[in-house]
Amino acid sequence: MQRILILGGGVGGTLTANLLVKKLRARIDRGEVEIIVVDATGQHVYQPGFMYIAMGGERASNLSRPERSLLDKRVTLMIGEVARVDEPTQTVTLTDGLSVGYDHLVLATGSRIVPEAIESFDTQAHHFYTAEAALDLRKALDRFDGGRIVIGIAGMPYKCPPAPLEVAFLIEAELRQRGLRDRSTIDFCSPIGRAFTIESVSDMVTPILEQKAIELHTFFNVESIDAARKVVVSLEGEELPYDLLILVPPHKGQQFLMDSGLAPAPGGWLPTDRHTLLVGDRPNVYALGDATDLPLSKAGSTAHFEAPVVAERISAAVAGRAPAGKHADYEGKVMCFFEIGDGKGTLLQFDYDHPPKPPKPSQLWHLGKIVFNKTYWHTVPKGRV
Amino acid sequence: MTDTAVAITRTVDARGSFCPGPLMELIRAIRESQVGDVIAVYSSDKGSKLDIPKWIEKAGHRLIALEVRDGYDEIIVEKQR
Repeated sequence: MQRILILGGGVGGTLTANLLVKKLRARIDRGEVEIIVVDATGQHVYQPGFMYIAMGGERASNLSRPERSLLDKRVTLMIGEVARVDEPTQTVTLTDGLSVGYDHLVLATGSRIVPEAIESFDTQAHHFYTAEAALDLRKALDRFDGGRIVIGIAGMPYKCPPAPLEVAFLIEAELRQRGLRDRSTIDFCSPIGRAFTIESVSDMVTPILEQKAIELHTFFNVESIDAARKVVVSLEGEELPYDLLILVPPHKGQQFLMDSGLAPAPGGWLPTDRHTLLVGDRPNVYALGDATDLPLSKAGSTAHFEAPVVAERISAAVAGRAPAGKHADYEGKVMCFFEIGDGKGTLLQFDYDHPPKPPKPSQLWHLGKIVFNKTYWHTVPKGRV
Repeated sequence: MTDTAVAITRTVDARGSFCPGPLMELIRAIRESQVGDVIAVYSSDKGSKLDIPKWIEKAGHRLIALEVRDGYDEIIVEKQR
């Protein structure tokens, strides 16, 4: 019996488990292979929907389903928090003391937000990285009747890189529709020397920012928030006053990965091979999704395209063969929609060797994103797209 | 490694990391350093020799040297505030 242990029931963990069943069904049915997913909550949350709680009338209840309902019946689901991975004994221990051994380990443990890393973040800054925070932002926008809006990024890397720009565009459009644009300013703060990490995307969005009169501040790395003066201060010495502050919170990998010696502090991102998705020089430990240190978007899309590679490589190891076919190696494929506002969007599709060439913003890509979000539950986790 | 006679306080080896990784590594090092410390950044990303000097200027630090090495660039900066 070989046991494949998958930590995390998000996009990467769920899809990997279901793809492994497709590849190893006969061996599972003969009792030769067992697949276990360990998830902290047992609820699968569609995080890209959070932004739409703030910006599009989405409800939190539509964004969560029981993980059990998404997994093939041949996969065992365990609900519990991981405390530690012990590599010498190939054992994972949960916080309730239960230990589970593994032959193959998949770390699909995602990322976590750490707003507490910045003093006064909790009381001064809004964000949209939890359902609750997104709803609070919606309420703040409903109360907003003009003034200074500052949108920024308080730490890199972070989930869904286009999201803060999308929020800037969507808020700008909303303010126009509500007749508040003339008495409002919008500042967009980027930690790097341009609007977006990928140059071709930055070249696309910079003129749109100008056209929408959203002021771009580059090299703005959030250092502190002066709550008394209502000013956000950058490491570079710039200060921006705000009436409504929206910041992407700092992100980290899971603490137990650092405690177990799998990921270095302080970030906690797993050192992952860009093609095999193996962690370090370990032959049987894989990482995918937000948990890796790969120079790619931390996004469900990344995990979506990595999962077939992890499934193929583990299946090959179980069968004693070399990985084969188009999923033998990961080539860095990512695809995501990008809202521009006013019912328009574009598409970012790229890999390690081919930067995105975003098409002209149109209604098509906005509608594509809406349809994808609505049909997600029936497609991605089950390996149908 | 450097051609300049300056004592390096800390070295950030960001080779193999892609933009904006080396800049983010430097920013972390600057946050953790004292005024007067000298930090050397190694980067194999071609964008770093453009981005990092621009950031150093905006952030009010001092670019001491930018050396082209074998397969990477070495950028030396003094924290000034």
